[in-house]
Amino acid sequence: MLFVKNLKAEIDGKEILKGINLEVKAGEVHAIMGPNGSGKSTLSAVLAGREDYQVTEGSVSFNGKDLLELSAEYRAREGVFLAFQYPVEIPGVSNINFLRTALNEIRKYKGLPDMEAKDFLALIKEKQKLVELDAKLTGRSVNEGFSGGEKKRNEIFQMAVLEPKLAILDETDSGLDIDALRIVATGVNKLKSKNNATIVITHYQRLLDYIVPDFVHILYNGKIVKSGGKELALEMEEKGYDEIKKEYDTTTV
Amino acid sequence: MVTDKLTATHQFIEELTKHSGKAFMSATDIGQALRYLEENGIPNNKHEDYKYCNIEAILRKEFKTITGKENDLSIPDLKQNYVIISAYNIYVFNGKLHSDPFDFPEGVSISPINNASTEYLHNHLTKYAPSNGDALIALNTAYADRGMFLHVTKSFNKPIVIHHINSSEGNLFFNVRNLFVIEKNAEAQLVEFHHASNNKYFTNNLTEISVAENAHVNHTIIQDAGAVSYSINTTKVHQQKQSNYTNSCFTFSGALVRNNLSIAVDAEFAEAHLFGLFITKSNQLVDNHTLVDHLKPNCQSNELYKGIVGGKSTAVFNGQIFVEKDAQKTNAYQSSKNILLSDDATVNAKPELEIYANDVKCSHGTSTGKVDENALFYLKARGIGEESAHKLLLQAFAHEVIDQLKSDTIKEKVSELFEQSLQD
Repeated sequence: MLFVKNLKAEIDGKEILKGINLEVKAGEVHAIMGPNGSGKSTLSAVLAGREDYQVTEGSVSFNGKDLLELSAEYRAREGVFLAFQYPVEIPGVSNINFLRTALNEIRKYKGLPDMEAKDFLALIKEKQKLVELDAKLTGRSVNEGFSGGEKKRNEIFQMAVLEPKLAILDETDSGLDIDALRIVATGVNKLKSKNNATIVITHYQRLLDYIVPDFVHILYNGKIVKSGGKELALEMEEKGYDEIKKEYDTTTV
Repeated sequence: MVTDKLTATHQFIEELTKHSGKAFMSATDIGQALRYLEENGIPNNKHEDYKYCNIEAILRKEFKTITGKENDLSIPDLKQNYVIISAYNIYVFNGKLHSDPFDFPEGVSISPINNASTEYLHNHLTKYAPSNGDALIALNTAYADRGMFLHVTKSFNKPIVIHHINSSEGNLFFNVRNLFVIEKNAEAQLVEFHHASNNKYFTNNLTEISVAENAHVNHTIIQDAGAVSYSINTTKVHQQKQSNYTNSCFTFSGALVRNNLSIAVDAEFAEAHLFGLFITKSNQLVDNHTLVDHLKPNCQSNELYKGIVGGKSTAVFNGQIFVEKDAQKTNAYQSSKNILLSDDATVNAKPELEIYANDVKCSHGTSTGKVDENALFYLKARGIGEESAHKLLLQAFAHEVIDQLKSDTIKEKVSELFEQSLQD
């Protein structure tokens, strides 16, 4: 589904990603872990199409298409979904109007007609339950005045409605208490299928107790320095990132 | 320089004298107005209040002659083309109230201003808009030959929509003088709708509004007068005890739109609300000057102006709030927010608060920026295209100002005009 080859990216002339290689197949869950400043969020932003970053080298292919050629909205229409670490508040745009616009633009891209209002409302109702999102919140402006947990749940709710092929969860666990974490993770797990894939970006192992990864990658200093199974996450939790830092700081010097 | 300016004023006044109809103001008022004009001239950009709005230059360049012949339009045509459902529709043609009788609810009467009872004219005219402060007021007082008198004595639910339509062959300049008197305990929704026209004209509109004790007035102004219209709209409001006046001003088109809105909050427990939304493009100049003058204690005012400024246009927001010495326990708030759509567009925003009382709550804020990039990316990351995302964000920006409108049918009309002007 996703092939990332030697991906290098910079912002304001500073190189953040220094050659990322990653392959994700349908049905898989990948976790990308790493200390702060290792490039985790940059990777998710570059994959989602944020224009602040310049890709200087490498390629990203998504279901056979050159992802880097596409602007953010086309990536989303192709099935890439980024759950934001900091979901944006948009006063004046109602959640429901926002989602209807998004869903219909994706459908239009696929050559489908707009969804009937009745069907759309039924879909919203169903997906709200999935993430236990208060029905009142869907009528409100996008993320405006939402608590941290509500914002993250709203991300997963949008993901549930838009049904992406590849979901990238950027530090979805940050700022969540254990109950909110469980709700979010349950939502993600219910959406998992053999046709879609998930990349979970996280600093802590905690989330991976709930969303169990098939592969774990350790990102450090703009590169994936170690890959393994889910046990690698536990190992990181136990030892911390210091060992990795020591090892790779010395080898790069 | 002063002499140049006065020469230009003289020339213009000579032209205006030739082409104006019969004045109806008192000889004393006209005399005072002419003296003020004589001494001060028509303002140019050296005048602080008209810094970005050089009226004198516009008149000199664009309205050297004002010999346009006024067209006539029949009422069936008007009714067909300009109508708002669930409202009382009345028609004003080139500033003149159409003579057909209108179907009004009890407690509302409308007449051409020169037919109004002298009692009302005497009690109100020039009381709220004296000539000795602004040359455009003086010009209006000296030369107004048309306008309307609206008198409301009882409450009614449906809005009164005053359609302003202009049509002529050649350039026109005219002074319109209106007087709205809203009596004690009455509630009124008034909408002034300036429609687009293809002829070039300049109107110097002046409306004096008296809001009596416990009266509630919801006054909406929709300015969509087209690319070759020039207008100065002075609205002078006088509020009495426990009254409530809301002014919502929407500007969608016009080569020059200068709005001077000033409200004297002149008795206790009165409330004033001022809302504005303007969308400017190409070479438009939209200049909003507002003044809320708190004269008495325990009153409130709240102001929110928003602008979407594109092309090579210029927008001005100058918001004055005076809290006079006696006006203790005043709550006065002001906010102006602007979005710049192009690098060639300019916004000049200036809040001016002058507070002479010591127990008040006042605040102001102003911001000018581009569309929020983070919000734009967020929408795009969900599959929404650049254009739709932009539109959604601008709608969201304007929402607050449109949504506060009381009448659903007016709200719909304003939303429609807003969406149209985003597409143009």
